[in-house]
Amino acid sequence: MKKTKPAKEENLKGTFVSVMSVGVIIIVMWVVVYYMYVAR
Amino acid sequence: MHLHKYEKIWLIFGIASLVVFLSVVGISAFSHGHTPAGGMDTIDPKKVNETAPFDNPGVTQLDDDTYQVAIVAMAFSYTAPELKVPAGKEIIFKVTSTDVVHSFTIDNTKVNMMVVPGQITTKSYTFDKPGKYLILCNEYCGSGHHFMSTEIEVY
Amino acid sequence: MIAAQDRKLALWNIGVAYIAFLIGTLCGLLQVFIRNDALQLPSWLDYYQILTAHGVLLALIFTTYFIFGFFVTGMSKSLGSFGPKVLLYSWIGFWVTTIGTVMATVMIISGEASVLYTFYAPLKASGWYYVGLALVIVGTWISSFALVGHYVVWRKAHKGELSPLFAFMTITTIIMWIIACLGVVATVLFQYIPWAFGWVDTINVELSRSLFWYFGHPLVYFWLLPAYMAWYVIVPKLLGVKVFSDSLARLAFVLFILFSIPVGFHHQLTEPGISNFWKFLQVVLTFMVIIPSLLTAFSMFGTFERAGRKNGGQGLFGWFTKLPWKDVRFTSIFVAMAFFIPGGAGGIINASFQLNEVVHNTMWIVGHFHITVGTPVAMTFMGLTFWLVPYLTGRKFSKVMQKLGFIQIITWTIGMLLMSTSQHILGLLGAPRRTAYTGYNNHPSALEWFDGILTNHVTMAVGGSILFLSAMLLIYIVVMTMFLSPKAELEADFVEFPMADSDKEHTPKFLENWWIWIGIAFALIIIAYAIPLYGMIHHAPPGSEGFKTW
Repeated sequence: MKKTKPAKEENLKGTFVSVMSVGVIIIVMWVVVYYMYVAR
Repeated sequence: MHLHKYEKIWLIFGIASLVVFLSVVGISAFSHGHTPAGGMDTIDPKKVNETAPFDNPGVTQLDDDTYQVAIVAMAFSYTAPELKVPAGKEIIFKVTSTDVVHSFTIDNTKVNMMVVPGQITTKSYTFDKPGKYLILCNEYCGSGHHFMSTEIEVY
Repeated sequence: MIAAQDRKLALWNIGVAYIAFLIGTLCGLLQVFIRNDALQLPSWLDYYQILTAHGVLLALIFTTYFIFGFFVTGMSKSLGSFGPKVLLYSWIGFWVTTIGTVMATVMIISGEASVLYTFYAPLKASGWYYVGLALVIVGTWISSFALVGHYVVWRKAHKGELSPLFAFMTITTIIMWIIACLGVVATVLFQYIPWAFGWVDTINVELSRSLFWYFGHPLVYFWLLPAYMAWYVIVPKLLGVKVFSDSLARLAFVLFILFSIPVGFHHQLTEPGISNFWKFLQVVLTFMVIIPSLLTAFSMFGTFERAGRKNGGQGLFGWFTKLPWKDVRFTSIFVAMAFFIPGGAGGIINASFQLNEVVHNTMWIVGHFHITVGTPVAMTFMGLTFWLVPYLTGRKFSKVMQKLGFIQIITWTIGMLLMSTSQHILGLLGAPRRTAYTGYNNHPSALEWFDGILTNHVTMAVGGSILFLSAMLLIYIVVMTMFLSPKAELEADFVEFPMADSDKEHTPKFLENWWIWIGIAFALIIIAYAIPLYGMIHHAPPGSEGFKTW
């Protein structure tokens, strides 16, 4: 299972920012509909 | 199976968000009673009109703060004389069908109930604002499906 | 190039897929015009008939045939040419599915089956409609077992070796599909057919709905997983890199075997007959199936960043500009993925227990599946079509075709943005789905729905019309690359099957021990379904007679 990797991990900063933006989109959409539910 | 550091953070963040979503809806549902429409009561779909409460459809006051509304859905209408209920009181809707699957959906509210023959769907709801609310069927039930609607007046 | 016989099989599958696509999208065009009162159908044709045809032909037929065309090509490419038995059974499966498709379509056209593709009892279609649907499923099983047979032969010849990623993913999808179909086969064979032909008088409605949705949710993963296969295996090759992580790709796929099936109740959250406990349990399981998609999101962006940096991209997002945007095979799939972000987020909302009451059976749901199956899946298939068809026919994919391909995906994107945004907003306002044009006696709320900037009568129709033009352009590209484009003669003119390399030396072997995953899958299914289904049978109300309300 364990993989011997070079000590330095590759640069995936852009990937990280991108997926976190996806996460934010998910949360924002969910919260909007949640509030619509509560308001009804 | 090697996971990049960022991938670990992303997965933890993602899964934590899902847990939060589930907790919010779970707590709201099970400890504040905000469960979706449902119910386990059954009924003979051929004897709806002779089975209480559907033998006398419409609004019944149960006590000071609670009203029951019994509705029979059929292609392509709802059997319920004049629906008038007060705002600020708990209204318990009970709906069943004599033929195919329908819905009983009150526009702009949380009342969005599937109506399945043989079953009684129950939903409790309290209207905040008076007005005339549109009721419609949002489950396809035949060629006249789009004409299946009525109104409820909240005073 | 793969063997001629395998190519023929794949091409026939893709051919039928696009015939269904042609008729299905035409039905879609008619629908948007009826819904805004711009079109009156002749008396012998009905809105719900067209809606049934649209759903069946696009969601079931186009997808299934295309998927098998893709699987056949990829399995032949990665495991070698099909043997005579594999070919024979693949063709039997193809014809059984085709006979079923024709039967179901004839019943829809003759007005005997305006029950939509979900065919909820006790709406009662002609028994032959259900027989047709059953044959469609049985045919896919035969084709599936043919591919499994091909895979087993390879495994025996390569003892102790992990299979190529494409084959692994194909087998994963097939295992999920076969388990999922058990539900619909059970209800159609033992409930609908005896009832529709009058051998029994009544049907247990709630049981039939639950068995349908046991199948109905993994059905959407049956569409999505082949798209994911393209994302994992094809896209890296187009970008000039290897698969981001072989083991994580395989892990994501086995998670789909486990969690895509015991979740069907999240389509039944607002109905009676299932207690809140079982509904919520399946909501939790539904949230588990989001995790492999989270893994996939990371792998995709990781692939892009790795490729972009390799091509000299600098800084946080410099890699983004270094991607091969002028390659329609890539750009189409990239757009498909982008659509899946709001699509997937919307799916989380739909499955969130009581939040479902806001959106259930509203236009939101229509918008939702147009930005899940209608774009992420369909546009991935379009992106595959651009090379798959010329690869199989040995014809050229010219510069002109590439340009047309771009126009096609751009128009699909614009049309879908307009239509699906409008549908999502209409749904949140309360407008119902699966409903012909109506003003509900000019009720003020109903009039309000169609008063917005994006939700007026015109937006959805404009979107739908652009989509139809895009679909016709695609049909043109398919016909050209299938029959008319010049044959490739020079080495450089041949279109390749872009299959990325995948480093599997660090991938744990147990991932390919199918019995583990099938065992856990059945355990989860039993946990999620055994008791509620037992209750539906044991405490069943008197059954329902059939109704033909159209």
